[in-house]
Amino acid sequence: MSAPALSTRQLSKRFDSLVVARDIALELPVGARYALIGPNGAGKTTLINLMTGMLAPDAGRIFLCENDITGLEPQERVRRGLARTFQINTLFAGLNALEAVTLAVCERRGLSREFWRNVAVHKEAIDEAHDILVKLRLGEICYQPTRELPYGRQRLLEIALALATRPKVLLLDEPAAGVPPEESSDIFEVVAGLSTDLALLFIEHDMHVVFRFATQIIVMVGGTVFAEGSPAEIAAHPGVREVYLGTRKHG
Amino acid sequence: MPVTAQMGLEPVGYLKAQTRWGAAETLFWLATPLPFYFLPAYLQLASQIAITALFALSLDLIVGYAGIVSLGHAAFFGTGAYAAGLFSKFVWGEPLTGLIVGAMVSSLVGYATSFIIARFRHLALIMLTLGFGLLLGAAANSASWLTGGSDGLQGVNIWPLLGRFNWDVYGYTAYGYSLVVLFVLFLFARRLIHSPFGLALRGIRENFLRMPAIGAPSRAHIRTAYTISAAMAGVAGALIAQTTQTVALDSLGFERSAEILIMVVLGGAGRLYGGLIGALVFMIARDQFSGIEPEHWYFWIGVLLVAVVVFLPNGILGGLSRFVAHWRAK
Repeated sequence: MSAPALSTRQLSKRFDSLVVARDIALELPVGARYALIGPNGAGKTTLINLMTGMLAPDAGRIFLCENDITGLEPQERVRRGLARTFQINTLFAGLNALEAVTLAVCERRGLSREFWRNVAVHKEAIDEAHDILVKLRLGEICYQPTRELPYGRQRLLEIALALATRPKVLLLDEPAAGVPPEESSDIFEVVAGLSTDLALLFIEHDMHVVFRFATQIIVMVGGTVFAEGSPAEIAAHPGVREVYLGTRKHG
Repeated sequence: MPVTAQMGLEPVGYLKAQTRWGAAETLFWLATPLPFYFLPAYLQLASQIAITALFALSLDLIVGYAGIVSLGHAAFFGTGAYAAGLFSKFVWGEPLTGLIVGAMVSSLVGYATSFIIARFRHLALIMLTLGFGLLLGAAANSASWLTGGSDGLQGVNIWPLLGRFNWDVYGYTAYGYSLVVLFVLFLFARRLIHSPFGLALRGIRENFLRMPAIGAPSRAHIRTAYTISAAMAGVAGALIAQTTQTVALDSLGFERSAEILIMVVLGGAGRLYGGLIGALVFMIARDQFSGIEPEHWYFWIGVLLVAVVVFLPNGILGGLSRFVAHWRAK
């Protein structure tokens, strides 16, 4: 079996006396479709922040395709193929979708230091950005400023920005957060259609969505991995039913 | 922005269309030589306005595009002025070389300080730039053996422009020279903001937190922008030294830094022409008001500033473009 796309070893983090991550050891194989679930405050977003370098762990290591990335800056991890989206829209409000995704493509292609040429000369970069937008059903509205886009489209733009970095591993923090249920499945159809070369981990509260799209489920409680297994195993897991599914919430 | 008119465009065509010259901006530049014919008595003022516009443009690059608010930008203006003035006094009086020297010295100071600047945001940044400005002003004052201190730098000796045009008292040469330099650097700035780098700067302004998540080295971008901006401010300073044949201590003072920020906000930050329009309005208003009520000049500038910020949050140009959009929609 080949090396996992992303793995963590004994990852730990505490804020004063509050432990938000304790000895987390995970492996995300190539092509993974993993769901990360758990009650509010379980440390799911914190784990994504640790993996992407937005928080520094107190202990433990993080590996991207066998390379230790624990000490790297967030942007360096992105360049090596680890991308994320945000639970709360973290977009470029004044740019339109084409400009925003072109910006991300230019950064990846190493063009962003170029101040002496018009961006329009980089046809391949712009076409690549536009292709991503079309694939994510944002083609028709890509000239509208981001702040004017409907909320659901903004959630898709979150994913488009991450895809523009050509990730090997993509961490989605509640990709459909705040989206009405009927639109939420649209977003997950897009997610399900992503390349199978990509290892995917998503945080989600809606159990219908989780059981429909995940091949493996990780349950976090109180900063630790409580259980991990296939959807069937998790559904049958007595402890999970008790701590999580019993008090299930649709977020 | 007329989004519907651009719907049919291909992405590359759309981005190209964004950078096309509009009628208003063509008219603006066509109007700039008019003072030669209609206001020959005001050419010295026109020259000062062109230089201040260049200074404001340099500040707009970092304030309006990269979102770095500076209250000490006169440090680079003054550095360029002293560099060009001293260069002409002790080394060589050819004006174009002097501009290059001003740009180089300022960009060196800008590059050196950018390593600290790029690590901070918001209030800390305002205090830092303010601190650097005060520091440099005090240094120039105490080095009076070199700078002339509060008496200003004497002995600036600029040769005729291109060996042909003398520095006449009416300001024909001064305005022509300042205007050409402004236009050339404006073209440079215009290209920059439409470049991939300019897009990255707008990204930093729109959402600093997202930038690392798309793999962008924001700090390196900020350092580059700050250095370029310092170089442009240095050229503006060099121009003032050359056209007035002296350098006053207040050219790197706090008041100058505050005024230039006012002009950028007045005109509309992040709009390329904002600094230009702001400088034009501010300088003409000062010339007029200070003739009538020299004591109360700052009172009126205060009124103007409050009114613009309250009623036109995106400056004069922001207000104008809203008005035009409203008018077109009818």
